[in-house]
Amino acid sequence: MHELSIVLSIVDAAEEQARKHEAKAVERIDLEIGNLAGVDEHALEFAWQVGVKNTMLEKANIEIHKVKGWAQCADCESEFEVKDLFDPCPICGEHLIKIMQGREMKIQSITLLN
Amino acid sequence: MCATCGCDQPGMVKITNVRDMLFPQTHTHAHHHEHGDHNHHHSHEHHHLTEQPLKRTQIDLEMDILHKNNLLAERNRGYFAAKDITAFNLVSSPGSGKTALLECTLRDLGKELDFFVIEGDQQTTNDADRIAQYHVPVIQINTGRGCHLDSTMVWDALTDLKPKNNSVVFIENIGNLVCPSMFDLGENKRVVIISVTEGEDKPLKYPDMFAGSQVCIINKIDLLPYLKFDLPKLKEYARRINPNLHFIELSCSSGEGLDQWYAWLNNELKTASRNELVSS
Repeated sequence: MHELSIVLSIVDAAEEQARKHEAKAVERIDLEIGNLAGVDEHALEFAWQVGVKNTMLEKANIEIHKVKGWAQCADCESEFEVKDLFDPCPICGEHLIKIMQGREMKIQSITLLN
Repeated sequence: MCATCGCDQPGMVKITNVRDMLFPQTHTHAHHHEHGDHNHHHSHEHHHLTEQPLKRTQIDLEMDILHKNNLLAERNRGYFAAKDITAFNLVSSPGSGKTALLECTLRDLGKELDFFVIEGDQQTTNDADRIAQYHVPVIQINTGRGCHLDSTMVWDALTDLKPKNNSVVFIENIGNLVCPSMFDLGENKRVVIISVTEGEDKPLKYPDMFAGSQVCIINKIDLLPYLKFDLPKLKEYARRINPNLHFIELSCSSGEGLDQWYAWLNNELKTASRNELVSS
């Protein structure tokens, strides 16, 4: 259940910004979560309900922008979408692939109410 | 709120210096600490209809969610580098033999190398007690209901443990193949341990842990004759996720293969000190 640690990290970062800008509350938070980041969306939503209680994010809307997994084959250099870390290159079948995108776990922006 | 399970209790991470428990005439360092910045600031101001409408400001952050953990992990890494310490993060399911591997290592190499150990478990100091039998300084972190160690807990343990220069620090993570994979502790190398009593498809079920480790110990190989465990298949599955993963097959009970682990360990220490020379 590391999703709760993730939520609490988000709460910390957002409240820090809110205090810095003397905001009354956080209205919305936009996250970028890669499909290969190891974050379960349902677990994150569940943890969100629990984690934002009594914080400035209690009424905030959470928007999750998903990022497709994308890799390049180290052998034939073709680029392709990956759904799992163990997906082979669809052209040559090799597993020596370089993940180029999909591991993101970022706070893109927060919207504050002053 | 608790950082680990979301209950309304304050953080219950507990750090125990087993040495102090064994010699109670010295003062105890055991303390509860509220983990990180737990103090949520609550806004109690109410917005009334008669007031001006609230102003909306969007702040673009583009910041890693685990930014804080990663930052503190780099601090740990800097601490290790400055003191020529090589640190290993041991991860596995519960019961794969992390503590047994440490016991063998401390028993066999304890005279040649200075070891310091950080033990992570939800509850009990059982593992730290086992390690303390080898006269090695050890700190037990109890995460309460937490499922992984993070870089702050390791920092807190290090400030108590005070490892010597040129030593080896082993961090035994919570037995869990999922959550610890996301949290960098500042270690030099991550070692994943799997025992042959587990399924050979573990790497496919828990790919993140195998993707983030540099070496994979396959433990309990003395039991292979009694099991339907496909060892080549396990390696093939793990290599699908991490083609650079280095495998060491061993048994902590029979001692078979431990020499390979020790050879790898010694080589890592040489590499680490060579890197220090290059960078200095």
